[in-house]
Amino acid sequence: MSDYLVQFNNISKFFGKVIALKGVTMKLRKGEIMCLLGDNGAGKSTLIKTLAGVHKPDEGEIIVEGKKIIFDSPKDALDIGIATVYQDLALVSLMSVTRNFFMGREPMKGPPFFKTFDIEKANKIAAERMGQIGIDVRDPSQAVGTMSGGERQCLAISRAIYFGAKVLVLDEPTSALGVHQASVVLKYIVKAASQGLAVILITHNVHHAYPVGNSFTVLNRGKSLGTYEKKDITREKLLSMMAGGEELDKLEVELKEMNRLSAQ
Amino acid sequence: MSTKSKSINTKTDTNQDERLKKVSKLKLLLNRPELGALGGAILVFIFFGIVAGDTGMFSAYGMLNFLDVSANLGIIAIAAAMLMIGGEFDLSIGSMIGFAGICIAIPAIYWGWPLWMSIVFAFSMAVLVGYFNGILVVKTGLPSFIVTLAMLFILRGATLALTRLITGRTQVPGLRVLIENDPVAWIFATDTFKWLFTWLGSMKLIALRTDGTPLATGIPPSVIWFIFLAIITTWILMKTRYGNWIFASGGDKIGANNVGVPVGRVKISLFIGTAVAATIFATIQVLDAGSADTMRGTLKELEAIAAAVVGGCLLTGGYGSAIGAAFGAIIFGTVSMGIFYTDVDTDWFKVFLGAMMLIAVIFNNYIRRKVTESK
Repeated sequence: MSDYLVQFNNISKFFGKVIALKGVTMKLRKGEIMCLLGDNGAGKSTLIKTLAGVHKPDEGEIIVEGKKIIFDSPKDALDIGIATVYQDLALVSLMSVTRNFFMGREPMKGPPFFKTFDIEKANKIAAERMGQIGIDVRDPSQAVGTMSGGERQCLAISRAIYFGAKVLVLDEPTSALGVHQASVVLKYIVKAASQGLAVILITHNVHHAYPVGNSFTVLNRGKSLGTYEKKDITREKLLSMMAGGEELDKLEVELKEMNRLSAQ
Repeated sequence: MSTKSKSINTKTDTNQDERLKKVSKLKLLLNRPELGALGGAILVFIFFGIVAGDTGMFSAYGMLNFLDVSANLGIIAIAAAMLMIGGEFDLSIGSMIGFAGICIAIPAIYWGWPLWMSIVFAFSMAVLVGYFNGILVVKTGLPSFIVTLAMLFILRGATLALTRLITGRTQVPGLRVLIENDPVAWIFATDTFKWLFTWLGSMKLIALRTDGTPLATGIPPSVIWFIFLAIITTWILMKTRYGNWIFASGGDKIGANNVGVPVGRVKISLFIGTAVAATIFATIQVLDAGSADTMRGTLKELEAIAAAVVGGCLLTGGYGSAIGAAFGAIIFGTVSMGIFYTDVDTDWFKVFLGAMMLIAVIFNNYIRRKVTESK
């Protein structure tokens, strides 16, 4: 019995002749944040969908808490505690915070056959949970469309945690956000991990990943370039692995500037 | 940030309602999708109250008249609204009405089935048609506009072809005699609260025929069905899990699917809903007229969608209300009948219908922007 909460061993996925993923391995312990880095087209989306149970891997195995698991559908992954928060967040902007929070898993009350959606309880829980992460939901029946991008991201993560996620897969949670909003979301991710969740943070933004990650896996053209503990790798090394050496030279100047800005 | 969250947490713990009170009742009401339709309905009543107040439009008989028309449209408009909230259209409602009509009439008249069995048969066919529409849309991912447009032609054509094949004509009369003592037909053919109208008549409060019976004999079955459906669908939307799933399926079907909402099943059930509503409409009308006509229900699908849109449904789904569609139907029904009581040429009704819809869409668009804009 390993001490890993979840292991993805040698995952490969082919679409016809196209090799989308080849032999990707990732291992996570409780409370750990693994950042999956990769440029556009590196195979991040395919990997996420494989983790989430949307795609079945053609090779390799998924081991959760020591048991080999085969996902037939996203629901299987969800049931076992692997919750994926996609870039689109699975939030309906026209619906209220509460209705979004409990979408698909509404709390019910009343006798059998006459069960109704327990809106009061749902409102209370939603407001409570959002309050815990410092988001002021004045009225849980307000539409999600009125919330900022960071708040929406936090709502989606908070929802996944509330419904028993053990492994949180986050797809580019900060890509659409400004610096401040991104830091709020990252802070929340760290907090979630410290409560015992394993987090897979998928991003192409090393600056967001490096401060929060415990380990880093770099994906390039469908293959893993290896997994590194934080102490074994620098931010610059990660960047160069992601982008390739030549690109780095060109970017170095710009990035220094960005580093300076984000440090401010 | 941390200080902010602290202050909020304590606030949340001590008194949660404190912040909610700041939102006035009026503002909450303004956010409801049916507001426009409710306002419109009130305006329409005021208008006809002034223009046609003394013409008999608002006598018991006149009111039942326009309520009957509103209710008939309302039955299908409510189902169309539910489907629209779920993110789809059904253009085959009108054709389904014609089809359901002959599904009742041909077995009853030509095959000797008891009437109740024909009615059950018609509803079974409705479930099949709805299921077929739904499964096609869900499985192919094609726009429901196209799929149900095809069904509009297929159903209407089949109705016409089959009826002519079996009966040699396009109308099937002779149903009236079968209604009496039928165990099911009364559900669609009984005027209710007759005692009330008899009493009102005896008190000389409502107009009487020359033989002393009241002109308005009771609440027509369409109105009862209409009220029943409006209540039940509103309850479903606001108070049940399935209601939340309808909003979710229409608002963002991929997102909803990702969090475990059975979007396909929800949509299929809503398509079945519109077909069944069309069959309720057809059954009431066929039993009332005593005959089925292959052309019955023509263009009704567009009126139903118009009423749903006036009632606050967005064409893109995820937003709207059943009660709003009911008000939308009342607006159309009232105007279409009320126009007879004025000096206005009835040809103008369609102009009104179009203008009303246009205003509603502009209004709804504005509301949606307001609801979804970031703070």
